[in-house]
Amino acid sequence: MKRKDFLYLTGMGISASMLSRMTAMGTPVMPGTRMRDVDVAIKKRMADVALNAARAKGATYTDARLGRYLNQFVVTRDRNIENIVDTESYGMGIRVIANGCWGFAATDKLDNDSIARAAETAVAIAKENSRIQSEPVQLAPQKGYGEVSWKTPIEKNAFEVPMKDKTDLLLSVNDAAFKNGANYVNSVLFFVNEQKYFASTDGSYIDQDIHRVWPIFGVTKVDEKSGKFETRQSLSAPRGMGYEYLIPRDSDKIKSQTTLYRDRYDMHEDAAAAALQAAQKLKAKTVEPGKYDLVLDPSHLWLTIHESVGHPTELDRVLGYEANFAGTSFLTLDKWKTGKFNFGSKNVNIVADKLQPGSLGAVGYDDEGVGTKQWDIIKDGVLVNYQTIRDQAHIIGLKESQGCCYSQSWQDVQFQRMPNISLQPGKTPLSVEQMISKVEKGIYIIGDSSFSIDQQRYNFQFSGQLYYEIKNGKIVGMLNDVAYQANTQEFWNSCAAVCDRSDYRLGGSFFDGKGQPTQSSAVSHGSSTALFKGVNVINTARKI
Amino acid sequence: MAILTEDECKAILKKALSYSKADECEVSINGGNSANIRYARNSVSTSGSLSSSSMAISSAFGKKLGIVTLNEYTDEAIASAVKRSEELAKLAPDNPEYMPFLGPQTYAPAPKTYVPATAAITPAQRTTMVAQSLDVAKQNKLTAAGFLQNSDNFSAMMNSHGLFAYNTSTDINFSITLRTADSQGSGYATKDYNDVAKMDTLAFTKIAAQKATGSGSARAIEPGKYTVILEPAAGIVLLEQLYGSLDARSADEGRSFLSKPGGKTKLGDKLVDERVNIYTDPSNPDLPASTWGGDGQPQEKRTWIEKGVVKNLSYSRYWAQKKGVKPVPGGANIIMEGGTQTLEELIKGTEKGILVTRLWYIRPVDPQTLLFTGLTRDGTFYIENGQIKFPIKNLRFNESPVIMLNNLDALGKTERTVSGESGQSALIPPMRIKEFTFTSLSDAV
Repeated sequence: MKRKDFLYLTGMGISASMLSRMTAMGTPVMPGTRMRDVDVAIKKRMADVALNAARAKGATYTDARLGRYLNQFVVTRDRNIENIVDTESYGMGIRVIANGCWGFAATDKLDNDSIARAAETAVAIAKENSRIQSEPVQLAPQKGYGEVSWKTPIEKNAFEVPMKDKTDLLLSVNDAAFKNGANYVNSVLFFVNEQKYFASTDGSYIDQDIHRVWPIFGVTKVDEKSGKFETRQSLSAPRGMGYEYLIPRDSDKIKSQTTLYRDRYDMHEDAAAAALQAAQKLKAKTVEPGKYDLVLDPSHLWLTIHESVGHPTELDRVLGYEANFAGTSFLTLDKWKTGKFNFGSKNVNIVADKLQPGSLGAVGYDDEGVGTKQWDIIKDGVLVNYQTIRDQAHIIGLKESQGCCYSQSWQDVQFQRMPNISLQPGKTPLSVEQMISKVEKGIYIIGDSSFSIDQQRYNFQFSGQLYYEIKNGKIVGMLNDVAYQANTQEFWNSCAAVCDRSDYRLGGSFFDGKGQPTQSSAVSHGSSTALFKGVNVINTARKI
Repeated sequence: MAILTEDECKAILKKALSYSKADECEVSINGGNSANIRYARNSVSTSGSLSSSSMAISSAFGKKLGIVTLNEYTDEAIASAVKRSEELAKLAPDNPEYMPFLGPQTYAPAPKTYVPATAAITPAQRTTMVAQSLDVAKQNKLTAAGFLQNSDNFSAMMNSHGLFAYNTSTDINFSITLRTADSQGSGYATKDYNDVAKMDTLAFTKIAAQKATGSGSARAIEPGKYTVILEPAAGIVLLEQLYGSLDARSADEGRSFLSKPGGKTKLGDKLVDERVNIYTDPSNPDLPASTWGGDGQPQEKRTWIEKGVVKNLSYSRYWAQKKGVKPVPGGANIIMEGGTQTLEELIKGTEKGILVTRLWYIRPVDPQTLLFTGLTRDGTFYIENGQIKFPIKNLRFNESPVIMLNNLDALGKTERTVSGESGQSALIPPMRIKEFTFTSLSDAV
């Protein structure tokens, strides 16, 4: 689902009300019924229609993705359930190679004739476009897996939880915020189920059932007298889990300036704290610009990792395939080839991963039928690898794809998308308290907010939800109007310490945007709290 | 799917309504075809074609609403979906903010949003348009990455109170980035039209080529406040943030840059320079838009900012009822009046300044002041004594469109552009702005 569709469907974007063209884009749906279970033998027959039709027209490779994509939102505004929305989308995307060139076509009509026609259209497009192709597609070899399946290991399917449980939860969450002084509260439960069947002429028939959850809220506190307002967003993470993520567990709570959460989330507790903190933000001291040591919580750091490590290590960006939109990368092949490129300090070890349980990137197979895995990206501060897919793997000398191919739906073509990219915890025991105790002049940042980075991923600016001033090893109060700006390589070289595994948590997003037409992908980023020395902080307060 | 005619839409929507037993029922259908070519490294990368449609059925009992969509249109499938939406409506909690569906509406005649020639584009025609663009890249020893997409669409809605609306549209969108062989220069151009006849991929690629070859060996300048000329493709990404935030409810609730101390709002106040006039007009021939919106309200010409004063804010039907005013739907398009100067004349009249081709990665920093951050990209040049002197390295800005439009220095001629961030088209002029705030340098090319 695209981010702007989500904003529209949930009413979470203020600007949505002004962009009436968006009304034709989303279709608020509420089937309330489980998808019609289609027998895997029928799916195989449908996919074979596509494979055979494309082959008959001269395709040398074909894959077919038959998908049913379900989303459910429960949306509140203050004390009302504003929307209950189910979206359901069903169809088939067919990708072929003909005359050495890619072609793609998709159809929501799934009778044999329509499938065959879509396959033929894909071949016709490939042949037409081969006129303007400079060299033929080269696919990394991939063995066929035969008939296999994979399912997100969930404890409680969110789509099977009664609607009343969900509406009751959100209304009580909002009530908790109001009881603690909030003026306005928006909250959303967002559930995703991708049921997708992949078949290719390599001999794979892969059936997957993928689940994700994301509870979010925003609390606003208004000071009518001064005309000022502040917000505090939830500190939850989107997860590759079932409804169990929403059932609080004390062993998953970390007590800090506010409670932080590992693998279970307490939405009530967080909303109550958010209301109090939004009021505190109204009275917080405005930051003095300058250099600070930053102590970054995983609820914040995930986004910095995503933008400054995840994107520049995407091989398609490095090669120029995204030059027109998402951009290229400063991590060019010559830097990687030296085997010595100093991306960060020795404390920086970053792993790419498509296996981690509970993460958004975890699947059994990617969207071009490649089994998933884990590999190093940054090792002891040095750039050692990228992320790639079948038609680019040979460029960095790989004999097989790394399994990073994804499409947001049956109707979009699959391409390279980021796996989970995570900072590994420090190997020596180190708590957040111990880390803060060594900071003379610093800011402890919790939660993500504003984020922006250039098209080659050098220069970035980030903000957070909560800022605490550190003086001589102690937190002395709250700050406001904070944003930090840095150069990626300098920033990661300033990483002085990473807390140990006991502090490790996942953050992430459903809405990593890339490609033309733009597609969204869901991805997690793990880390423990980390310390960065001497980062430039600006004051963002202005007058209008 | 094929584009359904008005009569075909009426027939299928009437059929859906005939199954309804709810207090009120509204049905909409939309669909169409789209196809694209994406290219990079001077070669085609991915491309595709898609036909799809969707019907949404909304059934209400009192203040309870249930909505179902489907993309199968047999009698049985539609009847079953209507029934399901009614079951869901009975399960849903009352929404005190629920508004009944509208009665019959009168819409202005549809402007020319649909151009048959755009709908008739063939794969060979698309490939030829891209081939022209690739030729420019190769002739200039540049590396091209681009995207060309065309679509034709229909949408219709009908409800149990007698409302019916129908529209068709076409679109063609093109963007191109050219980079020099040493990766030290980059240039960009983008355009979006309803009519393929206006889409000259050759001419637009030449503009990008000129910027790419002229932007190598960029010099660093100190971040700070500078006079800038924002080309329309750069200006729109900030203007649309202002336009998209002209919402009455958030202003009334005290959580908008339009809120004032004591619970008042800036509706009726002078917000920006008096030369700023921003309005919506679906009948504008250069930016035609549907004369009805998603909830069936008519879309009409409406002024948002006149001589710098906030004249209208959008009111949802619920908020309008609560406040005792007429509902104001969000605008169908964005039009900002310009002046008479060409871009070249604006440059000529600039003593010292920066020409900005494109702004990128725009994100909100502070909603209180509508502060945004982002960076320049793909063609940033220093102007001195009315001439482009040299390319400069890219810069990060932190600026509010409100502050920007208060620092307006000059406006050029209005032209159609498209936002690289939202994909929305608009008619806006190039703008010369004083004291635009850059906060750091970027090494990105």
